[in-house]
Amino acid sequence: MRLESKKSAARAGGVVFGLLAAAGTAHADFALNMTPGVSSVSREVYGLHMLLLWICTAIGVLVFSAIIYSVIKFRRSKGAVAAQFHHNTTVEIVWTVIPMLILISIAVPATKVLVVMEDTSNSDLSIKVTGYQWRWGYEYLDEGISFISSLDRQSDLARQRNPVIKPREVENYLLEVDNPVVVPVGKKIRFLLTSNDVIHSWWVPALGWKRDAIPGYINELWTRIEEPGIYRGQCAELCGRDHAFMPIVVKAVPEDEYRAWVEEQKARMAPGRQEPAQAANPAPASQPQQALPPAAAAAQDVVAEPTLAELMQLGEQAYLTNCASCHQADGTGMPPMFPALKGSPVVAGDIDAHLEVVLRGVPGTAMVSFAHLSDAELAAIVTYKRNAWGNDTGELIRPADVRAAR
Amino acid sequence: MTAMTHEAEHHGPPSNFFQRWLFTTNHKDIGTLYLVFSLVMFFIGGAMALIIRAELFQPGLQLVDPYFFNQMTTLHALVMIFGAVMPAFTGLANWMIPIMIGAPDMALPRMNNWSFWLLPFAFAILLSTLFMPGGGPAGGWTMYPPLMLQHGMSFPFVIFSVHLMGISSIMGAINVIATVLNMRAPGMSLMKMPMFAWAWLITGFLIIGVMPVLAGAITMLLTDQYFGTTFFSAAGGGDPVLYQHIFWFFGHPEVYIMILPAFGIISAIIPTFSRKPLFGYSSMVYAIASIAFLSFLVWAHHMFTVGMLLAGSLFFMYATMVISVPTGVKVFNWVATMWRGSLTFETPMLFAIAFVILFTIGGFSGLMLSIVPADFQYHDTYFVVAHFHYVLVTGAVFSIIAATYYWLPKWTGHMYDERLGKWHFWLSVIFVNILFFPQHFLGLAGMPRRIPDYALQFAEFNMISTIGAFGFGFAQLIFLWVIIKCVRGGEKAPAKVWDGAEGLEWTLSSPPPYHSFTTPPVIPETEAPAR
Repeated sequence: MRLESKKSAARAGGVVFGLLAAAGTAHADFALNMTPGVSSVSREVYGLHMLLLWICTAIGVLVFSAIIYSVIKFRRSKGAVAAQFHHNTTVEIVWTVIPMLILISIAVPATKVLVVMEDTSNSDLSIKVTGYQWRWGYEYLDEGISFISSLDRQSDLARQRNPVIKPREVENYLLEVDNPVVVPVGKKIRFLLTSNDVIHSWWVPALGWKRDAIPGYINELWTRIEEPGIYRGQCAELCGRDHAFMPIVVKAVPEDEYRAWVEEQKARMAPGRQEPAQAANPAPASQPQQALPPAAAAAQDVVAEPTLAELMQLGEQAYLTNCASCHQADGTGMPPMFPALKGSPVVAGDIDAHLEVVLRGVPGTAMVSFAHLSDAELAAIVTYKRNAWGNDTGELIRPADVRAAR
Repeated sequence: MTAMTHEAEHHGPPSNFFQRWLFTTNHKDIGTLYLVFSLVMFFIGGAMALIIRAELFQPGLQLVDPYFFNQMTTLHALVMIFGAVMPAFTGLANWMIPIMIGAPDMALPRMNNWSFWLLPFAFAILLSTLFMPGGGPAGGWTMYPPLMLQHGMSFPFVIFSVHLMGISSIMGAINVIATVLNMRAPGMSLMKMPMFAWAWLITGFLIIGVMPVLAGAITMLLTDQYFGTTFFSAAGGGDPVLYQHIFWFFGHPEVYIMILPAFGIISAIIPTFSRKPLFGYSSMVYAIASIAFLSFLVWAHHMFTVGMLLAGSLFFMYATMVISVPTGVKVFNWVATMWRGSLTFETPMLFAIAFVILFTIGGFSGLMLSIVPADFQYHDTYFVVAHFHYVLVTGAVFSIIAATYYWLPKWTGHMYDERLGKWHFWLSVIFVNILFFPQHFLGLAGMPRRIPDYALQFAEFNMISTIGAFGFGFAQLIFLWVIIKCVRGGEKAPAKVWDGAEGLEWTLSSPPPYHSFTTPPVIPETEAPAR
């Protein structure tokens, strides 16, 4: 059943299936067909897909040939005289039974693959994935590592209307994140999926599946990646305004490299952690292969009594990452769905009420809870909002204030 | 026959415009109202589709905000499903079923008037949400919570308008069932009925079965939002997945509500232009009935990625696969009807043949989607978008266009412009494939649906698809022009417009008298099954 076919067979499938396949050879970047992926499961799924494609193609060729033959052969303009038969029990039984047999021949391998896919037992490590509007949170349950993974800055700039850089100039446009999920190759990885707000769906095509991340549920599915590499995916369930802008990047590395990464992350997590029991994460600071951006570095260094300038600097970065897609970089929002923060009575008013909105969200609106951000980040964001864009309240909110309000 | 038409002509329509169209209880007038309404909605929904495709022409955001884009995808679906396709089928049922079965009118004429006149108000409310603070609904036509509960002012208006649409559909369905079961001419047994009447009878039961379920689901959403219930809120002990089960218990039969009447239309047109009786009449009836029955057992195949018990996934996979058997029987029967016929290719036949081929392609991708492990890759991608547009556009919509060309001379008394009709067909069939076929590739290559912007490897096929969309959209203006031209005048159409046509509607003059079959026609005992 497994059709071990690489690119050429994939193309061939597309050619038979497609009208526009000739275009397929002209451009290297795009694919016509499903990826075979990089795990045993994804290859099984691909094999199943190709089996289906060929069966449908074969039936299609038969049926469409009969139609085309009739259209050519039995035209009145060529003198065709209509026969008057109107049923034939034998034929009707045959074309009911044969499709049933074909279906059984598909159902058997499909059932086998599904049974394997749903077996999440005996995993080597577990990663909890949490959907947020609009980013992904990852928590390595065995290692105590956690972080948030958002759309990278370049894509974020290019995806604006009238952007400062063009989408075509960005490498991996919309498929790049600040913090990729690093996993070891050859290990059975169990993913536990849930959501903080609305329903999302975690999908990396190379792993062969997607699964919904649903608030109040924990879904699970597994993979065993066989080849090191970087595998990209996206949220697949409509989750609001920025559904298109919460990509997934999985970086599969050899075991020793993975261990080194884990130790690095653990070292990073140790001092900055304020409440280790809480699922959340400190700052968007876990960047193994890149230098830390200034704001993230600042987040680590923020002490109990930061200055206004420090908070404003960190706050602006954190605001752009977490808040700007709705409330806009200049704080003008998109009223009334996404209210302006510039001159807002909430922002200018009572600090506790402001923190309440940020920590708990506003039910029945798009404003969800941001309690998953760290005290330092929230303090910086709230401080930034209360002092930017002419909101000059001069107030300074410390991480301790946020912790008290939680 | 002539005596009867003469007698009927004494009672023409009221001369006052408002009396005629606002207060009408005449099945032909109400049928016309439905069809005109659905044509208007088809263009409104089409304009929304073009906004979507224009934004997707290139990577990056050029035209609209992502939030407005989500409003467009949501409203495009609601308008096309509840505003264009369903009212078009109800309009065809109104016009054709009484004159196909020899009835003087629909069984419940006053309810008929009401069920139509709810629709303009329902859609005025729905479309007015675009101008409200916060804009229209943006949570997708499936209205999944919790996302649907993040909204502007539009939410209660959307719920209310969907309720109105549901009430209208239910009344329309009751009317069709009552008419078909009670008002057939003497001698027309159920198994002699035209296939269109059969298809609609079964569709009627589907509508009555599932529209109240949709009403229940969205009412629970409403009470979750405004009356403190937590049916779908995990935080309050509810379950967001429960909504999806209830919704798709409606949603899957809804798919067949939009395709079974199409089967009836195609089963009328292909025999006419093949000059040969429909192959396998009784197996066609049983196929429609078993599709309708199975449609209640497969709802969770829309939810494989939600995660469910292995046994549940397997049950819904097998049940879904089985549906392809009766559907295959229908396709084979249509082909067998054409086999050894005497074919001509007037516009209705062209659309009907295109329907059989393109709907079958949609059926293939449907079979592929039923296989759970493969669905884990296909789900919520453009592969699904391609699939349901093949069954709904080149399926349902093509059948409605075919029906319009087929019966337009009967309705207006004039022949339509065959040359323009052929132009309309060829442009439509070419552009619709340029529009939707590349979306298969996009989905397989990994493009999720409902996104306003995409990664660069999807750029080429999106551009091709958008070109197809504009070509297909503008080709429909030809359709509009053909209809207007035909209503205004043209060559006189005879009673039997098509030489191969069979059935009672062709015994009436074109256009038929305002009141027809006030005395029931007599169906000879020996007559072969109708088409």
